[in-house]
Amino acid sequence: MMKTSGGQDSRRGGGFMRLRGMVRKESLQIIRDPSSIAIAFILPMILLLLFGYGISLDARHVPVALVVETPSPQAVSFTASFSQSPYFSPINFSDIKSAEDAMMKGRVDGIVWLRENFARDVLSPGAAAIGVIINGVDANKARIIEGYLQGAWANWLGQYAEGLGRPLKMPVVLEQRVWFNPELRSRDFLVPGLIAVIMTLIGGMLTAMVVAREWERGTMEALMVTPISVKEILLGKLIPYFLLGMGGMSLSVGMAVWLFQVPLQGSLWVLFGTSALFLLAALGMGLLISTVAKNQFVAGQVAIITTFLPAFILSGFIFDIGSMPGPIQLITYLIAARYFVAILQTIFLAGNVWSIIIVNSLALLAIAGIFFALVRRRTRKRLN
Amino acid sequence: MIRRIIALMIKEFLALLKDKQSRVVLIAPPLIQLLVFGYAATYDLNHISYAVYNEDTGAPARNFLSNLEGSPTFHLAARLTADNQIAPLIDAKKVLLALHLDPYFTRDLLLGRPAKLQVIIDGRDSNTAMLVLGYVRNIVNRFNLEWSAERGDPPPPALLKVRYWFNPNLESRWFIVPGIVGLLTLVVTMLVTALSVAREREAGTFDQLLVTPLRPAEILLGKALPGFIIGFFEATFIILIAVLWFNIPLRGSLLALYVGIFLFLLSAIGVGLMISSIAVTQQQGLLGAFLFLVPSIILSGFATPIANMPEIVQRLTMLNPLRYFMVILRSVFLEGASPGLLIPQYWPMAVIGLVTLSIAGWLFRHRMY
Repeated sequence: MMKTSGGQDSRRGGGFMRLRGMVRKESLQIIRDPSSIAIAFILPMILLLLFGYGISLDARHVPVALVVETPSPQAVSFTASFSQSPYFSPINFSDIKSAEDAMMKGRVDGIVWLRENFARDVLSPGAAAIGVIINGVDANKARIIEGYLQGAWANWLGQYAEGLGRPLKMPVVLEQRVWFNPELRSRDFLVPGLIAVIMTLIGGMLTAMVVAREWERGTMEALMVTPISVKEILLGKLIPYFLLGMGGMSLSVGMAVWLFQVPLQGSLWVLFGTSALFLLAALGMGLLISTVAKNQFVAGQVAIITTFLPAFILSGFIFDIGSMPGPIQLITYLIAARYFVAILQTIFLAGNVWSIIIVNSLALLAIAGIFFALVRRRTRKRLN
Repeated sequence: MIRRIIALMIKEFLALLKDKQSRVVLIAPPLIQLLVFGYAATYDLNHISYAVYNEDTGAPARNFLSNLEGSPTFHLAARLTADNQIAPLIDAKKVLLALHLDPYFTRDLLLGRPAKLQVIIDGRDSNTAMLVLGYVRNIVNRFNLEWSAERGDPPPPALLKVRYWFNPNLESRWFIVPGIVGLLTLVVTMLVTALSVAREREAGTFDQLLVTPLRPAEILLGKALPGFIIGFFEATFIILIAVLWFNIPLRGSLLALYVGIFLFLLSAIGVGLMISSIAVTQQQGLLGAFLFLVPSIILSGFATPIANMPEIVQRLTMLNPLRYFMVILRSVFLEGASPGLLIPQYWPMAVIGLVTLSIAGWLFRHRMY
């Protein structure tokens, strides 16, 4: 199967022939062990399906305990604003003790407490106090719930004032305009980020074992005695996996646009160009792991540790990089997914914003370059 | 019987720890990841860049803006002089939001008409956008109350008095770091167990094990115990760092926590060994471990609430041991839960562990490739 003839060809033609032979060998290996094809196509599909639907920060129907100690028209008008809201599914309680008990058991995430003198206080000149207790364990969720409660409260204020025949006077009113994602659908920003996380994983997994496997099985020595050069071996391994990866990437983008209905504002060509750059970086990282590790066991472990979790946590996919402490922000510059997440979120939601695309693409290019240079050096050393 | 199991355990430990690279892989990454992720994984915004386009020269407008300038969270990046300067700044992510006060802001305020504050915000990260809008709304509400009080206008008929239980300052680190304990314990246990049988299958030594006097149950124990011991120490170590370094309060009983750790390790090792005994090569074992790890982390409630998932996905998470362990970790750390309150979390993990371990043991003998 290995190429043996062609010694009389010109160097260039011979190089091409050898490369073609190497690509052919790798492609055959991919086809005969279907796990690579599964990794490249089926895995992103399953992961994107599962996570696209599974990851959401939009809380709907939050269970909230409504404690009304003394029923009154004012209390009814206030609690009505909760029953109408799609954000809450209220559960009624008549005393605070049982509501607190429900919160301890995790049956409700928050308590809204109207005390017995609520009606009197509303009618008197001062402001009545509405007690709100929110389970703060998940701080992000707690903040979102508080925002929803504020919204319900503001609605009620407006309705109540209108009911009295004197519209509410607010000194300053907030007029908010949310660009790029006016409905604040968390899926629209999470799905593009997920593509970056998933492709980091795929790229790493596809390549992490390919060189380690040759060493472990002793076939690397066999390759070394052929006239093929290191560059050709690496290119020969890279090209088939690159094509596989781009296939998986196209599948993911198609799913994002057609299945998850994420708007694609930028151009498809820019998306594919930057995806190719990112994939090079991801494959380069896998190849590097594969060349540095002595065996498949270590290569596999290192791939698990260095690809998925860093891409998940340090890429800005879900946790805002600007809010991380300075030294941690420095570490995120080493994560290729960070640049790709920024590019994807911008191309999908905002369009071709060149100031973001160019800077991040250059960073990806640099990372890919560094990885390949390192792979090249490590592999050559071993030849001697 | 015990001697045979111990002998196998020693062999397993040797296989795991004799190689320096493998040793390092087991110890260093969890520590580094705990420190890095513990600081990185936060939803708390502490640096929001904004731009101001103020067309009003009045003192009330300046007073209003000083509320933002004084806040440690907000960082004024630019003062604008024209409407069309906003878009380039937001597009390039130089600022997250822009505030626009029109020339009539002060006049409207003084006349008692609604003064308009326009906020333009980058919605690319919808969660951040929502939180920032919440901050701005709070600032506006506070300003409104003060302004009304100064002018002697009546306050609104009712006000919300918000308190947070278990995490009064809403530090998301208190939520995330206990989650990382579960995350890293799972990763380490999977690393130890998922390749343990596959490696022997690939090398052909598993057949040799099968013809020794060891019974499948003994092989199972010998393979499971090293993962157990390593996972146990790793979890304890990470919990110590969470408490001593990150100062996360540990309010509940250690018994509740360790019953949880024991059952979680049981289920994680069961899954790992099952994957390992299905796989013929190490590559397949690794693929299987990945295929289990990634969804079980994302669908565990670690970063996004399970309650937000669609019904079908929520049902699917019932099969995920990490889901139960996350609840246990957070209830014991923050809510001070006792073992009795956690029984609904304990038994599913025990069931998952027993089922997967039985399948693994059965596969030892019945899977001959």
